Amino acid sequence: MLRQVKQALLLFTAMSILTGVVYPLAITGIAQVVFPRQANGSLIYRNGQPVGSELIGQGFTDPKYFWCRPSATSPVAYNAAASGGSNLGPTNPELLKAVWGRIAALRAADPTNESPIPVDLVTSSGSGLDPHISPAAAEFQVARVAGARGLDVETVRQAVARHTASRTLGLLGEPRVNVVELNLDLDDLQR
Amino acid sequence: MTGHAILQMGLYLAVLLLLAKPLGWYMARVYEGKPCGLGWAVGWLERLIYRLCGIDPTEEMAWTTYAKTMLVLNLLGFGAVYALLRLQHLLPLNPEHLAAAAPDLAMNTAASFATNTNWQNYGGETTLSYLTQMLGLAVQNFLSAATGMAVLVALIRGFVRHSAQTIGNFWYDLTRSTLYILLPLSVVGALLLVSQGVVQTLRPYERATLVQPTKDASGKTVNEQTIALGPAASQVIIKQLGTNGGGFFNANSAHPLENPTPLTGFLELVAILLIAVALCYTFGEMVGDTRQGWAVLAAMLVIFVPLLLLGYAAEQAGNPLLSTLGVDQSAGSQQPGGNMEGKEVRFGIGQSAIWAAATTAASNGSVNSMHDSYTPMGGLVPMWLMQLSEVVFGGVGSGLYGMLVFAIIAVFVAGLMVGRTPEYLGKKIEAFEMKMAALVILIPPLLVLVGAALAVATPWGKAGVSNPGPHGLSEILYAFSSAGNNNGSAFAGLTGNTPFYNVALALAMLAARYWVAIPTLAIAGSLARKKATPTSAGTLPTHTPLFVLLLVGVVILVGALTFVPALALGPIVEQLMMAGG
Repeated sequence: MLRQVKQALLLFTAMSILTGVVYPLAITGIAQVVFPRQANGSLIYRNGQPVGSELIGQGFTDPKYFWCRPSATSPVAYNAAASGGSNLGPTNPELLKAVWGRIAALRAADPTNESPIPVDLVTSSGSGLDPHISPAAAEFQVARVAGARGLDVETVRQAVARHTASRTLGLLGEPRVNVVELNLDLDDLQR
Repeated sequence: MTGHAILQMGLYLAVLLLLAKPLGWYMARVYEGKPCGLGWAVGWLERLIYRLCGIDPTEEMAWTTYAKTMLVLNLLGFGAVYALLRLQHLLPLNPEHLAAAAPDLAMNTAASFATNTNWQNYGGETTLSYLTQMLGLAVQNFLSAATGMAVLVALIRGFVRHSAQTIGNFWYDLTRSTLYILLPLSVVGALLLVSQGVVQTLRPYERATLVQPTKDASGKTVNEQTIALGPAASQVIIKQLGTNGGGFFNANSAHPLENPTPLTGFLELVAILLIAVALCYTFGEMVGDTRQGWAVLAAMLVIFVPLLLLGYAAEQAGNPLLSTLGVDQSAGSQQPGGNMEGKEVRFGIGQSAIWAAATTAASNGSVNSMHDSYTPMGGLVPMWLMQLSEVVFGGVGSGLYGMLVFAIIAVFVAGLMVGRTPEYLGKKIEAFEMKMAALVILIPPLLVLVGAALAVATPWGKAGVSNPGPHGLSEILYAFSSAGNNNGSAFAGLTGNTPFYNVALALAMLAARYWVAIPTLAIAGSLARKKATPTSAGTLPTHTPLFVLLLVGVVILVGALTFVPALALGPIVEQLMMAGG
């Protein structure tokens, strides 16, 4: 048995070096050379400074910006250093209260809009960092954003269309609008 | 139901079935030591490892030796993860200066990763240094998966050999699983994931200036967003391939930097079931009758597909309580609709529901949406898939060896019906095999029900519950179903990082893994010693639709009889409450 313990120790060490050091470092090396932007977080820069990641949402609350989905991260929404969902069950009164509050906020920011609210705009995402909203959730906000910015509705719609991705291969996933990129685009338009 | 979701399911199953034969055939060659096409790339490394470690790969082991070497290697893995977690503040590659993990959390995480469970009481980006992730968790992702595959191969040899005293060499099976199967697939997969945006870096977390400053919970203005990074892609791919499932980040595969696009979502989904599906073919190939492998795979699919559809339908139907508030949950070309709490827009309901079923059918446990926020029936599906003892695909290796034990039970039941000595694959099934098989199928339910009962009966157990009413019971039941079957997914509202849950769940994970693996190896040893029994007119053929149904019946019956009472008090009561408004 002693011989097998020694073999186990040596094999465990060899495998740790191979799969725990050589493998991740090799992948890191290749990734940094071939896909440096993706490997480092797909960051978006303005004036040489990172202003976010195209894959991570932000907690917009100003009417002139499209709002991301609600985020359950703490202590601040869209805390990309501590991801997570609300984990509220479907019958939990806390969930209904939260959704009610979000509906009230959306209605208050846009009192004339009476269309039904798309579900993704009032429910929090699994990661708390969802960078996307559905095209319906973007359309729901178009008039508000256009009004707050003094742009016409069609200009804003075109901006939304530029940042809308359809299903991959027409099949996988869902159509979606990237909110951070869309808002930066609108800011750039008016600069 | 939307057409896109159904088509995604169809494409998913089609890809898996298409890959089953080539990969399964390749793995059979790997374990039989035949040329397999990758010898030029890793053969020298394999020989070097044997030489450095003083291993003779041709040395045969009795089942007892095989089990002991397996336990020693797993114990070392447990110790290494524990030590890394406790000492990470003193070690390099900790750019965020994260502190050492508490002893109970370190113990839970070490048990979790040694047993291929990957229950997450840790928080990824808030708890683990880059070194702990790479040298602790990722290594266990490889070795625990390879351990499961090795035990399966040993069991298959038990069927193949006759009048033999040994079942192979654990070092050989472990090394070849890693070098020839897990590592090459991981290298390719990791690079694909990085190309789509999964991070792979050793830089510290990035600080970005927010487009619009915001306020935190205490009203303080926040101008910056700290974006957690790390060597994620290399770990994410093996956590899927090896049915491990532990997240690099807290939000696991819902996190956009672990799973940024529908394409990565699909690739990771394929990785979750790929090896488990292909091993069915490997089994058939190695026992010399591929129909046997297809029959077992068919039984898995017969259970999987209806549950997948049920879970999807429940989630797409949405939450009736939200409809009363005037929220639009209808699915269409402009929005996913359905129950979107805890789900990501890019995955919608379709890919989320496929993932929930696949990750719990396999003992993977990674999540791309938060199961705690699923509708009652949507949450029942993953919970029950785990409670079926993780044999519908199950963990790599461990799922199939569990299913083969159920096949032994099935031939035994059939034998009782017609009054003949049961046989499976030319081996007589006798008292010793049945005793061991009974252990294998009874231990996980015992751990689940006793563990959940203990948690419900004690203040420490109840303290962890976050949702009121029957959903709270579901959280506890889900936790022990997950740990007691080495899955690792959670109804994550449960506060599991407490001494009670850390210890109770760790014990459940250890018992579920080794108290099943050891009796399985005992069966392998006993079968290998037997003579081959020639088939006769009275032998029950085990590749027919009749046998597939018999096998499905046994799995469902054991799972249903054991768990329906508990499920009735959790998700089923909640469903009635929700429907009643």
